[in-house]
Amino acid sequence: MAARTLINVPPKAKRGEVIQIKTLISHIMETGFRHDNVGSPIPRDIITSFVCTYNGEKIFEATLYQAIAANPFVTFHTVATESGTFALQWTGDNGFTQEASAKITVE
Amino acid sequence: MNLQATRRQFLAATGGAAAALMVRPAQATPASMAAAIRQVVAEASVKPGRVKLELPPLVENGNTVAMAVSVESPMTAKDYVKAIHVFTEKNPQPNVISIKLGPRAGKAEISTRVRLADTQTVVAICEMSDGSFWSDKVDVIITLGACLEDL
Repeated sequence: MAARTLINVPPKAKRGEVIQIKTLISHIMETGFRHDNVGSPIPRDIITSFVCTYNGEKIFEATLYQAIAANPFVTFHTVATESGTFALQWTGDNGFTQEASAKITVE
Repeated sequence: MNLQATRRQFLAATGGAAAALMVRPAQATPASMAAAIRQVVAEASVKPGRVKLELPPLVENGNTVAMAVSVESPMTAKDYVKAIHVFTEKNPQPNVISIKLGPRAGKAEISTRVRLADTQTVVAICEMSDGSFWSDKVDVIITLGACLEDL
């Protein structure tokens, strides 16, 4: 199941500058605590982990729980050290994985 | 007198039973939040300060609540924030998010959107590179809680 992702990284940054990365992914984040209209529980289906690597080095790692709202939106910061790519990976229940990447030019 | 006492007992007994029935099967309690926090900090003591948890004080819809956590830290190779954890008191499950950071983060500031089931206290705890733990808590009033569609 392909999920839509949205990543906001400044295209250019000065070396050593702290930049903000905003990420959004479409996902229902079903908690597993709800019931459908005949009373049977709806199984849990959430994203459990989100990792961001910058030129292969892990810079941010988050473990998500049911308390994260649908379509998880996460922002964080990093120091722009060199030009390269940010690779983002979300993994979740039922074998869910989604990858995305963004490029940055550091001057 | 005797009758009144039994009536009182009866009401207490039935009222208690009704309250027990109303409690949803899966609900975190302040005790389970404390247990979840213990699991993260182990035996270390948690001091208030250095972390700032930002949540609106009054929330209309608990399904999406903007939350921001920032930690005062120089974020150098020697002194940085290792992890940030957020917990809730009354959600069905006490954990909200656990984040691992490193000196490369530059700024220990994150934001996301969370679900809050009820009016409650939300706690953020951060772990520094020197092994100390700091916390901040915010009381949030929720008008419409998350995960209540089936009630």
